[in-house]
Amino acid sequence: MLITRRAEFSASHVCGQPSLTAEQNRELYGAASNKNGHGHNYVLEVTLEGEPDPVTGMIFDLKTLKEVIQKNVVEPMDHRFLNYEVFPFDKIVPTAENLAAEIWKRLEPHLKGERARLRNVRLFETEDLYVDYGGGGHGADQ
Amino acid sequence: MTRVTRRYKFAASHRLNSSRLSEQQNGELYGKCNNPYGHGHDYVLEVSVAGPLDAVSGQVVNVQALDRLVHEQILRDFDHRYFNADVREFLGDLVPTSENILRVIENRLSTHWRGVFPGDWPHLKSIRLQETKRNRFELRTN
Repeated sequence: MLITRRAEFSASHVCGQPSLTAEQNRELYGAASNKNGHGHNYVLEVTLEGEPDPVTGMIFDLKTLKEVIQKNVVEPMDHRFLNYEVFPFDKIVPTAENLAAEIWKRLEPHLKGERARLRNVRLFETEDLYVDYGGGGHGADQ
Repeated sequence: MTRVTRRYKFAASHRLNSSRLSEQQNGELYGKCNNPYGHGHDYVLEVSVAGPLDAVSGQVVNVQALDRLVHEQILRDFDHRYFNADVREFLGDLVPTSENILRVIENRLSTHWRGVFPGDWPHLKSIRLQETKRNRFELRTN
């Protein structure tokens, strides 16, 4: 069984590689490479997979899940400029793909219940663009 | 493996009528979708691609390149058109159901994929077409 919790945060970013020219960065990232950055209302969907506990009827304590997302993702990223304020985006490009992988890395250690595990991180950068990341393997193939 | 999904919209009309069925059979099979002058929808198209994260760009896919492919191969031909009279695949016996429209989209994207994405990745994973808020069709492509 799958269970999904949604959270939102607003942040700014700029996409560009220091090793590339401004022209190459524009070709690669388009308007996202404009040097002073821009913002999004990111929507995060965190999906756990597991079997309900026969006593509690729950896969995972959803209050805990909410707190884990809040503490590890929303609080550090909300109303921040990712490139300047959120590790490791001082070093790597804060594309939606890299952001989804980083969110997975932050959440996964806290979501290892007896009956549940993290299955998928879905990050909407806009309503028209989202990324699914399921860890190192093929989790996004669901 | 990370999956990226991009959403597009187009407005088009169609009429469901099979040249291999009688007028009465068409009426029974397709109901109001068989009305003689056709009708329209605001279609929502979602294209999902998957691949490994490129270490330099931090991307799975160059979204601008995907946008160009979808615009040139699909949206430019479909938007504000009548499938039965304006889109070449539907000028003969093929009925423009959402199922058949998905197959046409898959065929067009696959045919031109290598020209836009010459490397091993990304792969086209899934195409979803929403005819109305109550109808969504999905074609998994690998």
